[in-house]
Amino acid sequence: MSPALLIFFVLAALAVIGALSLILQKHPIHSALSLIVVMVSLAGLYLLLGAEFVAAVQIIVYGGAIMVLFVFVIMLLNAEEEEHTDFSKLAKFGGLPLALALTGLLAAAMVHHAGSVPNATNPDALANTSSISMMLFSTFVYPFELTSFLILVAIMGALVLAQREKS
Amino acid sequence: MSSLIAFAESFWALTIIKIGLLLIIVMTVNAYLTWFERKVVALMQSRVGPHRVGPHGLLQPAADGLKFLFKEDAMPAGVDKFVYLLAPFLALTLALASLAVIPFGPKPLPFKYFGNHIDLWITNPDIGLLVLFSITALGVYGVALAGWASNSKYPLLGSLRSSAQMVSYELSMTMSVVGVLLMANSFSLTDIISRQDSSRHGLLDWNIIGFFHGGFTQIVGFLCFFISAIAETNRVPFDLPEAESELVAGFHTEYSSFKFAMFFIAEYTSMITVSSLCAILFFGGWNSPFPSAPIWNFTHYLPSLILLPFGLWVIYDGLKYETIFGKVILPGMGTAIAALGAALVVFPTVNEYIQAPFWLLAKIFFFLFFYVWARGTLPRFRYDQLMNIGWKLLLPVSIANVIITAGFVLFRSIP
Repeated sequence: MSPALLIFFVLAALAVIGALSLILQKHPIHSALSLIVVMVSLAGLYLLLGAEFVAAVQIIVYGGAIMVLFVFVIMLLNAEEEEHTDFSKLAKFGGLPLALALTGLLAAAMVHHAGSVPNATNPDALANTSSISMMLFSTFVYPFELTSFLILVAIMGALVLAQREKS
Repeated sequence: MSSLIAFAESFWALTIIKIGLLLIIVMTVNAYLTWFERKVVALMQSRVGPHRVGPHGLLQPAADGLKFLFKEDAMPAGVDKFVYLLAPFLALTLALASLAVIPFGPKPLPFKYFGNHIDLWITNPDIGLLVLFSITALGVYGVALAGWASNSKYPLLGSLRSSAQMVSYELSMTMSVVGVLLMANSFSLTDIISRQDSSRHGLLDWNIIGFFHGGFTQIVGFLCFFISAIAETNRVPFDLPEAESELVAGFHTEYSSFKFAMFFIAEYTSMITVSSLCAILFFGGWNSPFPSAPIWNFTHYLPSLILLPFGLWVIYDGLKYETIFGKVILPGMGTAIAALGAALVVFPTVNEYIQAPFWLLAKIFFFLFFYVWARGTLPRFRYDQLMNIGWKLLLPVSIANVIITAGFVLFRSIP
């Protein structure tokens, strides 16, 4: 087994375990911590694919900024341990078949396309920060600007909502 | 067996050796940084500082380390055990991990390790600066979780304060280096340093002046960066997370023994990282402040000029003591230091090689001194003042710095 493959399996296992623990933990902080593990192992997977910039941004934005906010809010609200209620009927009867169907679909697709899936490793296009920015500001300039606009609107909305309390 | 030997001769083994060496060096520097801090602050306040354990209190760090190890490791009732134990580990590992991307010199060592170059860094990724920022972004958790897991009100208040503070100042810290990135056109720390090559104009080539390499002075960026970095490392005057007059000791109140020491070491390690970053990003890294014209060649003997008298003074000073440490070890160390200084004069190739690391270390030392200096002189900010400085002063100023620098870089790149 090559070192890269070994690292892939370790990171993939970490991501899956983290995701499972996110759902199964009772305490909100533990769930948030599990989500951080998922984010960081995803960043490791990106790094393995040669996408250095995406990996770093994944940690800075998701692992750092967003999850710090999660943890911060949980700490501020002083959230207690949650009790697991009985599963809802929909989850009981619909959940398992749907999950199985999704897994089956994914597995079938993977088996069907095995060998013909192009390799995701493309270091020249992804690793280089300048090539990413070139793509963002040329090919994908409209989606990029639209997303920025959307975020701006969201910020304005948050400001308006926060301000209304005062008047 | 043969695969073991192959591993021992490989690049991986070399990296592990380098990590071990760096850890030993950094831990020693950390220990003596506490001694240095106490001595300097004592001098500033007309006190003597540590002087009981060993000559000049030089064995004080060792005594402190032993004390940390042997103290009772108390765990308060009702803590969240896993998170409580995880927090100091997170703080320390993240602080130490950031040192892995700091380059200490441009050229690999003149000899090889089984055919592998021995560079003066552990790793030098193309996104070095981003790696550092991602580690800083995760660094908040050590502090935040420690306070939350302690199940006590003062730590919780301290960690709430510090999470808010670190998140706020991370923004201006990241924005303030964008000017440097625009001028260097790269995230790699070695690229940023070689961009400030000072062979023509000396220290005028550094990013802090920034004019000769098609950019704009980064003095505003530097001030924003250094202030935010002090806030990120929770040092005076931004040490509100552990304001002892209000919060006992802030987020690490409930930590004792070695777990407390881990937070302590993490804080001092991040001071070293920030000082190296200041030197690398704004003050030319390992570039000498003097141009490389022959008239300046005498500056190459500066390391010897410092080491030789210092070594002789240590010998002279050690002979005044009656203890074994003073009589034997201090003169021995002095002889070694003086001999090193003399050897640098005798072997010009070695002297040439250590120029770059010497200047980088000198700059790092200066910024460490600056940290201590600030601690000795400045009072702590109030919490609302702290938030105002971060959001209303540093962030707008650093964004303005980005826009102005971008304008200059664009304007000057037009032929």
